[in-house]
Amino acid sequence: MRIGFTLNGGEVAVDALPMARLLDVLREDLRVTGTKEGCGEGECGACTVLIDGRAVNACLVPVVQVQGAAVTTVEGLAAPEGRLHPVQAAFLTHGGAQCGICTPGFLVAAAELLAHTPRPTRPQVREALAGNLCRCTGYQKIVDAVVEALATEAGA
Amino acid sequence: MLIGQDLIRADGPAKVTGQARYVDDVRPDGCLYGFTVRSPWAHARIDGIELDPDFDWTDITVCTAADIPGENVVALMTDDQPVLADGVVRHVAEPVALVAGPDRDRALAASHHVRVAYTPLTPLMDPEVSAGNAHRIFRDDNVYSRITVEHGEAERVLAETDTVITGTYRVGLQEQLYIEPQGMMAIPRADGGVTLFGSMQCPYYIVKALKRVLGHDDLNVVQAVTGGGFGGKEEYPSIVAAHAAVLALKAGRPVKLIYRRDDDLRATTKRHPAIMHYRVAVDRATGKLQAAHVKLLFDGGAYNTLSPVVNSRAVLHALGPYACPHVKVEGLMVATNTPPNGAFRGFGAPQVMFAAERHMDRIARELGRSPLELRRLNLYQDGDVTPSGQRLVDVGATQVLELALKEAEAGLPASGVPDRAGGGGAAARVAPGRGVAIAWHGCGFTGNGEAALKGQADVAIEGDRVVIYTASTDIGQGTDTIFPAIVAEVLGISVDRVANADHDTATVPDSGPTVASRTAMVVGGVVKQAAEKLLAALQAEVGAEGAFDDLLAQRKSAAPLRVRAQYRDDLGLVWDPATYRGDAYPTYGWACVIVDVDVDLDTGEVLYRRLVSATDVGKALNPVLCTGQLEGGALQGLGYATCEEVVLDDQGGMRNNRLTNYIIPTALDAPEMVTALVEIPFSGGPFGAKGIGEIPHDVPAAAVAQAIEAACGAVLDRLPMTPERVLAALQES
Repeated sequence: MRIGFTLNGGEVAVDALPMARLLDVLREDLRVTGTKEGCGEGECGACTVLIDGRAVNACLVPVVQVQGAAVTTVEGLAAPEGRLHPVQAAFLTHGGAQCGICTPGFLVAAAELLAHTPRPTRPQVREALAGNLCRCTGYQKIVDAVVEALATEAGA
Repeated sequence: MLIGQDLIRADGPAKVTGQARYVDDVRPDGCLYGFTVRSPWAHARIDGIELDPDFDWTDITVCTAADIPGENVVALMTDDQPVLADGVVRHVAEPVALVAGPDRDRALAASHHVRVAYTPLTPLMDPEVSAGNAHRIFRDDNVYSRITVEHGEAERVLAETDTVITGTYRVGLQEQLYIEPQGMMAIPRADGGVTLFGSMQCPYYIVKALKRVLGHDDLNVVQAVTGGGFGGKEEYPSIVAAHAAVLALKAGRPVKLIYRRDDDLRATTKRHPAIMHYRVAVDRATGKLQAAHVKLLFDGGAYNTLSPVVNSRAVLHALGPYACPHVKVEGLMVATNTPPNGAFRGFGAPQVMFAAERHMDRIARELGRSPLELRRLNLYQDGDVTPSGQRLVDVGATQVLELALKEAEAGLPASGVPDRAGGGGAAARVAPGRGVAIAWHGCGFTGNGEAALKGQADVAIEGDRVVIYTASTDIGQGTDTIFPAIVAEVLGISVDRVANADHDTATVPDSGPTVASRTAMVVGGVVKQAAEKLLAALQAEVGAEGAFDDLLAQRKSAAPLRVRAQYRDDLGLVWDPATYRGDAYPTYGWACVIVDVDVDLDTGEVLYRRLVSATDVGKALNPVLCTGQLEGGALQGLGYATCEEVVLDDQGGMRNNRLTNYIIPTALDAPEMVTALVEIPFSGGPFGAKGIGEIPHDVPAAAVAQAIEAACGAVLDRLPMTPERVLAALQES
């Protein structure tokens, strides 16, 4: 089946089985590999992407569901000229990324929070990120980074 | 000064933009996908392996033990573990055959059509009856390791002292749970050799193992960006690499072997479970420890892996950071027909320090003293002697305790912690409690292991850049950021002119494995030495002295200038591995963890409010990276404390081998953390740095147990302290 959607601002079309996982279409068909697989059952959040601005686990989404939709992956967070999204920049300065395998999912989930919640509290940040597992950081620096990124954005 | 600065991690930009290439992100032309056929039985005879004649095998490669070109052995400490089972399986999920196909689905489908005929045999599953059992798994007695550390006359003093307190403590398996599963790719080279590329901690372990499997040494191993290890990618990747290589050589094409999470959880190594008996004599009047006899029993599983070294670290840490004049510690590591256990952050220390700290709480309880007071009375001080006879210097135990207590006096962060009243809302009956636990952790290898290993590092001038060549991998902890900072500091140049070469064994020397909290402290020191040597070599070449850049400008040759340094044994450590006497470690880290919890009295659930830690790190080379590791380790310790439980079926297979039911803490489960540092410099480490990778995991669980007891009186001597166990203990209290 021919499936067309917007990926990080550009139009793409793929021939795929309608029930193929969006994650596989992104990684294997389109070779956009920033989105990671950690568990394949929607628990770890490493494959978090935005579909029309909502964070979802790409391992649980049949690609047919994104027909005509806008999909954003970690590769689409920075501005086209390369300027990092505030949450990407804050992850760098706060040490939000260690091994980095969960990082794309966290960044996408945090970007969604940033888009919808202007001044979240630390508990709200924790809640928004509770669908993403990290084993390196203990989450402290991730929460620090997201809180700072939101402050930066609000002040910008 | 670059040292002590929060330099942004070198791999950070690639990691936050999705450009970092992990093994599964790379797909060479013609790449096949592999899958492993595993034993469903704990112990069975293999009667035959057949391919289903009704399945289309045309694009599938199948390998069994017969296809291994060299020896069927995973070379590590001993040669007991086969690459593929041959005639017999000794644990559930043991690899029996391999398949590779053009895509993952074909490979998976093919794996279901490899028919292995088994005759199940009676397995030995209980470590308490393993040693000397007629059912032989390992050598003639099922004992991987038996170590006794003895100082003074423990038995005599125990017999003569009125107050002797005994306790038994148990800990279960724990999974490392790196978020990137195990993965390796084998690529046959045009010159007849083979390249291994994948997720790993120790490239040279794989070289050593594959030489035997392939029967030649025409191979190189390249680390991909690695999504966490925690010890789980210390030795296990040798098996994945061997499998990928055997498939790739038979297929004549690249083969990628990426574990599915369920497969990874069922098959790969875990933290050793343990049963630990403590018998301690104490002076009731002074509260001082008089003598201790500790017996440790660890289950190593069906193959030896690195279990003897885990036992070694366990016996050496078994008393915790407390002075005791008469000590006998006996550690026993045995075989069972369960999946082999292996390296995991702390390497035996978290198990024994849970027991040691719980036993201190038991002594305090029986003496009617506060747990904190008892600790203060017995904490190591400068000049105290450890059970192996090592006289301690620069002891930071009291300093980390007092700093953590001070930090804990400050209130919760202004923004507070999540209101997790979901378990009953306003009606919930909740009891708050605080626990304080203290750890010591020997940094680096035991004794003079480094002198025997002679880890190497190269530093080279290439154009106007300086390149570092080491086999020390960055698995998230920040090695690739720390080493350039060390070199730039020595040479007095900007850090962005210093790069790490790929960790490719074709070009890097053997720096030793990335394990044992040794990378920054030991290999960092070798890198520093190499940078100093490079400066000297440049001075010699130019025939002048001066700043690095001035000398570089005078250089006539454009050829790379490369020097090698090797670990120098300047410390004069005296260690006898036969008697376990002497300087067990070059230095020790010290840490105090204070945990505030709420215990839900109706559900037994433990909610973490805050975790304060203070750790002696020698010197924080990069504070953000340093505290980041400490926080991550602390949360892994909290997972060990209350939620991470490996549930086994009757064959020893992991029943909860999914992330839906093997539960690690989320951002909502994690407490807010305050991470304080103490810097007591270690003369043997670069700029005073000590190893910090493992110590944060050592005592969070003990602190939680004490906090639960303080909150509600429930006494728990077993990990994990699940809600069910907390409720049961509450009913007994």
